Amino acid sequence: MTKAQWRFEFYRTGVVIITAVLLSLLIIVLVSDMPGLAIKLFLTGPLDSLRHFGNLVEMVVPLLFTGLATTVMFTASQFNLGAEGAFFFGAIGAAFIAVNWNLPPVLHPAVAIVWGGIIGSVFCGIPGALKVKWGSSELVSSLMFNYIAFFLGLYLINYLLRDVTAGAMVSFPFANSSKLVKIIPKTRIHTGLFIAVFTVLVMGVFTYRTRWGYRIRVLGTNIEFARYSGINTTWTIVMSQVLGGFLAGMGGSIELLGMYRRFEWQTLPGYGWTGIIVAILAHNNPFYVPLAALFLAYMKIGSDIMSRSTDMPNEFVAIIQGMIIILISASSFLSKQRHKMIVREAIS
Amino acid sequence: MTSDAVLSMEDITKVYPNGIVANKGVNFSVRTGEIHGLVGENGAGKTTLMQILFGLNQADVGKIFFNGKEIKIDSPHAAIAQGIGMVHQHFMLVPSLTVSENLVLGLEPRRGFIFDKSRGIHITQELSKKYNLKVEPDMLVRDLPVGLKQKVEILKALYRGAKILILDEPTAVLTPQEMVELFNELRQLRDEGNTIIFISHKLAEVKALCNRVTVMRAGKSQGVFNVEDVTEEDISRIMVGRDVILRVEKDVAQPKESVLKVNRLTVVNSFNKRVVDDISFSLRRGEILGVAGVEGNGQRELVEAITGFGSYGLGSILIDGEDIKQLSIKEIRDLGCSHIPEDRMSYGCAPTLSVRMNLLSYKHNRREFNRRFFLMHMSTIRDVSTELVKEYQILCTSTEQEVRCMSGGNIQKVIVAREFSDNPKLIVANQPTRGIDVGATEFIRKRLVELRDRGAAVLLVSADLNEVMELSDSFLVMYGGKINAFIEDVSNFNEEKLGQYMLGLKSQDVDEIGRALHD
Ligand SMILES: Nc1ncnc2c1ncn2[C@@H]1O[C@H](COP(=O)(O)OP(=O)(O)OP(=O)(O)O)[C@@H](O)[C@H]1O
Ligand SMILES: [Mg+2]
Repeated sequence: MTKAQWRFEFYRTGVVIITAVLLSLLIIVLVSDMPGLAIKLFLTGPLDSLRHFGNLVEMVVPLLFTGLATTVMFTASQFNLGAEGAFFFGAIGAAFIAVNWNLPPVLHPAVAIVWGGIIGSVFCGIPGALKVKWGSSELVSSLMFNYIAFFLGLYLINYLLRDVTAGAMVSFPFANSSKLVKIIPKTRIHTGLFIAVFTVLVMGVFTYRTRWGYRIRVLGTNIEFARYSGINTTWTIVMSQVLGGFLAGMGGSIELLGMYRRFEWQTLPGYGWTGIIVAILAHNNPFYVPLAALFLAYMKIGSDIMSRSTDMPNEFVAIIQGMIIILISASSFLSKQRHKMIVREAIS
Repeated sequence: MTSDAVLSMEDITKVYPNGIVANKGVNFSVRTGEIHGLVGENGAGKTTLMQILFGLNQADVGKIFFNGKEIKIDSPHAAIAQGIGMVHQHFMLVPSLTVSENLVLGLEPRRGFIFDKSRGIHITQELSKKYNLKVEPDMLVRDLPVGLKQKVEILKALYRGAKILILDEPTAVLTPQEMVELFNELRQLRDEGNTIIFISHKLAEVKALCNRVTVMRAGKSQGVFNVEDVTEEDISRIMVGRDVILRVEKDVAQPKESVLKVNRLTVVNSFNKRVVDDISFSLRRGEILGVAGVEGNGQRELVEAITGFGSYGLGSILIDGEDIKQLSIKEIRDLGCSHIPEDRMSYGCAPTLSVRMNLLSYKHNRREFNRRFFLMHMSTIRDVSTELVKEYQILCTSTEQEVRCMSGGNIQKVIVAREFSDNPKLIVANQPTRGIDVGATEFIRKRLVELRDRGAAVLLVSADLNEVMELSDSFLVMYGGKINAFIEDVSNFNEEKLGQYMLGLKSQDVDEIGRALHD
């Protein structure tokens, strides 16, 4: 895309977001018995206290990873939805290291995170490999793999890592050395934030400034042209999925080591799904992933806070997300305005 | 002039989403029973104007009149309803459907509610016979070479029975025989009272076929002329703004050692047919070897085998003495082989990436474009692209423009620029000037000769006989996957005989063909 097109897409995305927010406000007004309070909490809740602000940032971190993961997989035109499974299973991998190993601080989480990433990359890599080997749709296989990740993961936790003395189905506690350090008092914001921001920059540079990123982009636009350009398409497809899986797995590990004392997820945490929306909202551009993640996290935290004190359920945020996906992917949305804008510029 | 016009477009202005003004106040009108030529350089706005007429594009300013009444054409559907048909420059066919399914798409013959497949095939055969454009009704469109796709497009438009038929560069890949057939057909359609709008870069065709011609330049109409009143030179001067010489000045070739050696090559396709059948030839440094022949006689498979795009069963291909059978496309490229593919949109470019990124392509691994820490050298990439765009006179707003938004000829120039700029040892050029305007064709042909003189070996595959004869030092004629003739000296050969070789009515004896393999 040229600069002007990016500018327009930016504007368009802004309008989509505003539309989605306005529509959700309308829904609140229609559904809630206390619309004033609900709207106030929804819109300003995430900023009304340090703790709430902390919640917001805490949620942004995993979304950055899953958003980046999906972004790189989508850039290769592979509709791999495996970030959810890779996130979950990566976290399980990290849990094993956090519980069983004895390493000095810093090194301990680092090893656990890399290990989680490796496990995640296997998870997203397999649908990619199946695609190039047998032509099976990565969309279908990655979706099914998410369930394999989930049940296999629970099995492993249950039989190998479960602390029977704890009341619930949770793992043994993590070694203290394995945890990510909290950086802002009164919140749970942890050093994972730094890793996340750094990863965003790395992925942006990777996509637009390195030859591997170039290969993935060429592959994603025209696979025949990629072949013609001497790019090893099989390898590039698999590697892009492996990289996506690595990011998601890293994200899962960081979330676990930064926010929890034991492994205690009983369901898929959902960051992978939201990561897909992040990627769509960011137009698969890593540099826009933080904005998209921040927005979605804001909506989610806002509605959580709202649901705690009002009669609005927090599932309501799903409506907003659905709306955003529809509006963004409707390529003709606002195209008239765009055209007018351009004609005006061109003729004058 | 507009009084007797059946259809006229007035004051048409079109701005594309990227800000390019493709048409500026264009007036264009056609009469009943004429063949109207539309010519202009690449990017002059011909396709855009016709797409507006066909409802694929909307004009921002301007009106369209049909039989004196203003009409709105906001979709191809509306255009077809008015009796307007169009054959597109970049095909609009459904790749996963068969030829006959594509042909009748939207007007399917039915039995009850169900698509009547055999009637579809029957219709296709009838049409194909009637218009003498041979197609296989059962083939999937995605498996067809461009020449055949073109024929399907033409038949499709004819089937819809257009009163006004727009042909956007229909002859770019047809053979001389097919062209003659098509022209006769078009003349007959005209005599029956239909109107035909004919876009072409081959002015000789325009002279031979059209009654009047509209010349466009940089989005504006330069006027309408009766074809009798102007010469080809006049037209190209109005079009380009200077005199154009298509005759390439070239010295006699000084061939050196062989670069490419093809030895008893046989390619068997997925239908178990020998599409390339035991052919041998060599190509030397400093010569241009043409490959002539009716499209679909193994040329494509030959090119695919040499460039690493397709595999081959028997025989060997040596580039610089190295057997390429096991080599990847990249490794073959690294031997110094560049490749202009016949189908530029499918193979030659990444439409949604920028000119810059398209010029990079297979060179992205090169040291000059890479810095330390795995980073690419963005400023070098930018500078090199800017150079190339200037050198090859590629019309684009900037090197960041998406290739998708350029005119067909300019996309071709991007590909040519990329492939020629690399000091190639061996150039496999498949239809290198397809759809390129006269000025650019002149330029590319000169370049090819220059590269030859600098020691490159050029394999020129072209359906354009003139081009083959004009450029080659010697050439092969392919028929049915075999080499049917080898013409060593282009300057003295018998044109009639050539036609017979191309159609397989005659062939040289083994010894004569054997001369194609030097040393
Ligand atoms: N889809 C598009 N989006 C943006 N710009 C476009 C698009 N299609 C064409 N253009 C621009 O409009 C101008 C006219 O293009 P058009 O395709 O009409 O030229 P043309 O006369 O048909 O050229 P050619 O002989 O190369 O086919 C060009 O400068 C091109 O870059
Ligand atoms: Mg055109």
